[in-house]
Amino acid sequence: MSDIKTLTELMKELEEQLVVCMRCGMCQSVCPLFAETGRESDVARGKLALLDGLMQEMFKEPKGVYERLNKCLLCGSCADNCPSGVNVLEIFIRARAILTGYMGLPAVKKAILRGMLARPELFDRLVEWGTKFQKFFTKPVNDLIGTSCARFAFPLIGDRHFMPLTPVPFHQITPYLNTAPGGRSGLKVGFYVGCLMDKIFPNIARAIVDVLDYHGVGIFMPEDQGCCGIPAVSSGDMKTFNQLVRHNVEKFEKESFDYLITACATCTSTIKKIWPMMVQDDSRNIRVKVKAIAEKTLDINQFLVSKTGVEEGTPGKDDRAVRVTYHDPCHLKKSLGISDEPRTVVQANPGYRLAEMPEPDRCCGLGGSFNIQYYDISTEIGKRKRDNIASTGCSVVATGCPACMIQLSDVLSKAGDRVMVKHPVEIYADGLKS
Amino acid sequence: MIRKSLLKEFREKVGSENVFTDKADLFTYAYDAAVLDPVLPAAALRPVTSEALSHVVRLCNENRIPLTVRGAGTNLSGGTIPFPDDGVVVLTNTLNRILEINEADMYAVVQPGVVTAKLAAAVEAKGLFYPPDPGSQDVSTLAGNVAENAGGLRGLKYGITRDYVMGIQFFDVNGELVKTGSRTVKCATGYNLGGLMIGSEGTLGIFNEIILKLIPFPASQKAMVAVFDKLDKASETVAGIIASRIVPATLEFMDNFTIRAVEDFSHVGLPTDAAALLLIEFDGHPAPVVEDAEKVESLCRKNGATSVRVAKDASERDSVWAARRSALSALANLKPTLVLEDATVPRSKIPDMVRAMQNIAEEYNISIGTFGHAGDGNLHPTILTDRRDKTEWERVESAIAAIFDRALELGGTLSGEHGTGIAKSAFLEKETGMAAINYSKRVKGALDPNNILNPGKVIGD
Repeated sequence: MSDIKTLTELMKELEEQLVVCMRCGMCQSVCPLFAETGRESDVARGKLALLDGLMQEMFKEPKGVYERLNKCLLCGSCADNCPSGVNVLEIFIRARAILTGYMGLPAVKKAILRGMLARPELFDRLVEWGTKFQKFFTKPVNDLIGTSCARFAFPLIGDRHFMPLTPVPFHQITPYLNTAPGGRSGLKVGFYVGCLMDKIFPNIARAIVDVLDYHGVGIFMPEDQGCCGIPAVSSGDMKTFNQLVRHNVEKFEKESFDYLITACATCTSTIKKIWPMMVQDDSRNIRVKVKAIAEKTLDINQFLVSKTGVEEGTPGKDDRAVRVTYHDPCHLKKSLGISDEPRTVVQANPGYRLAEMPEPDRCCGLGGSFNIQYYDISTEIGKRKRDNIASTGCSVVATGCPACMIQLSDVLSKAGDRVMVKHPVEIYADGLKS
Repeated sequence: MIRKSLLKEFREKVGSENVFTDKADLFTYAYDAAVLDPVLPAAALRPVTSEALSHVVRLCNENRIPLTVRGAGTNLSGGTIPFPDDGVVVLTNTLNRILEINEADMYAVVQPGVVTAKLAAAVEAKGLFYPPDPGSQDVSTLAGNVAENAGGLRGLKYGITRDYVMGIQFFDVNGELVKTGSRTVKCATGYNLGGLMIGSEGTLGIFNEIILKLIPFPASQKAMVAVFDKLDKASETVAGIIASRIVPATLEFMDNFTIRAVEDFSHVGLPTDAAALLLIEFDGHPAPVVEDAEKVESLCRKNGATSVRVAKDASERDSVWAARRSALSALANLKPTLVLEDATVPRSKIPDMVRAMQNIAEEYNISIGTFGHAGDGNLHPTILTDRRDKTEWERVESAIAAIFDRALELGGTLSGEHGTGIAKSAFLEKETGMAAINYSKRVKGALDPNNILNPGKVIGD
């Protein structure tokens, strides 16, 4: 570990962004974590003050600040509600990178991020083994939602009701696609699948391909796609992040297409916002390529509504329509401002009728690795979401993010609810079949 | 530093999970929303029961530990910045239950840490109204509002926090529970200790429960925006409205600097060439609301408003208030440091005060956006600067002193709603004279002989 002076110098790169916070405290009203704990160090104002303190040499060692900085869902609710327009997420992600660089990556994270995630092929193989073994440790618990739980006390799982790994990941069903645009749209998209779609929700990936085919949209889906890098960059592991960005950029630059689409809110916002913000330049001119890709990246719902003209259907007059409610993923609404389009896509299936839940854009509490590190708090935040969903009496909840889907499945399943969790595109694709 | 044995006692009384001593935690209780330097407390304590709160106060007194109560930490005068070295912060944000909403007698009883907007929403759901609406209402706590005597946009017609406090239960410095006021509309027993507690900023007692008055929720609302090409015309219209015995629920002012900032920020279609805007709302029963709105509309035109737009429906009304609400954000986005002042004058003096702000901005060569509650004389001259720029910061400090002087010359006050805290305590004598400060010090000395209740605030050291 180098000396604290070096660190405070590195922190100075954040100064211009840190001084924007006027300590008004309005972030307290929207922070899902603060709502649970009431601790100032859990809310953006407290964390920004800590980073400022670190920069002003108020701390002899950064461990306490680092721990508190990492206790955050990175949901962006604070930034979305900030009167001064503080770039909270950018500051936090940059600060995590600086502090991780200074303190070193913890061994467990190093093993996961560098040993596994940074090597897409190996990652796939390890997950395949995991799939084979999971049945020995886990058993199905809610047939409707499709969750499983631990067969016996198992530290990694705890009392989670989780979505199991799919027996056959999407990349084994459909390893590669390169189709020409059909007559209607004349468009071709790059399809970035994302880890969760591939390994847990291949049916959604399938639905996306069906829907794109239906609209005559050509698809380029390269083999051996890597993770978008969010677990790495949010842990401050810039090495793995840069490696993954380069890997993906190289996969997709082999073919030309009009838009890059993903159906994962987190992947979309990572590619669109965090790639250009954080990727470090190298000899291969990566920043220019990343900027070009980011500009043409669209959430699948946004693509369907704005580029292929998907619109709300007219629900049938009878009461047979399925009541569905929609949860706004933070990475779609707060990060990218997309909230109407997924609702339109859901309602494009006339068999469904949308009923809004209270606080539809309140964070579900997953927050990626936050859920692993602070499962209890994550669950408490999730319970509020569960109650809001349950209050609608809907039998389906839709959301445009597979990570949210995992959290919703967990909290609904544990409450014994009979509510299915679906992606808007799945619902739309169902409508096309019938 | 606090003795280990005392920390142990604190842990026994409030639970070890509610005693914070890590520097990284303490650093997050070193500041509030005032533009002042942070001060690190020796510990932060979070009592989750009234009993624990009482013990904390008593222990602090017995051990001569300075104690600063903190709700949401949103005040703008430094009232929740702790005392250096051995000061502790006492957090009340987990004492956050609404204990009673009495619809028949129209009052609510709350614990200190209830968030203002949550109470307002809870009573509105029952057709009742808690009018005080300070800018930080989404996060501020009711005890904080009472301790600072917070105001808001509705001061003109509905008054301020003071006007809604029916009773307070507070702990004296020995941790004894003192009851004052009652659940009745009238109450003439004993000294008006509640009056002494309102605006006391944690220097005289620690609130445990507050009884707040509620009123019926107004049946209808009507909002309008009047545009002026001359500043004087706008401020004279304010004086004219009051003079014609009409009391709008809100009567807000925005100068050109603020209008341009809001428009750049939120693109709501404000006229950026206008010298000033008035945002006016009436509420109450529909007939008088319509009548007053019509009178004021013609009054605005008579006074030379270039346009008057009456909101036709709820969404137009929302857009009027969205513009006003974004004023602070819009200004905050211009420069790193924002100093929000609240010097207040008798409302007939608004034209003089508005002119004074422009002259001061020019004289000290700084940016001041002025907006605020023109109807009650409480403008918010908002200084935009960068505190790291030492020479400009000196000019800002001189300008603040000049604003205070001008407000006092006009028969006004240093603070309409933000409180004295640390930020204004050095100026207090100018407003009240030494006799009032000496009297206050004797009160403080009698009630808090060891000077442990938020020392240094309001009346200085």
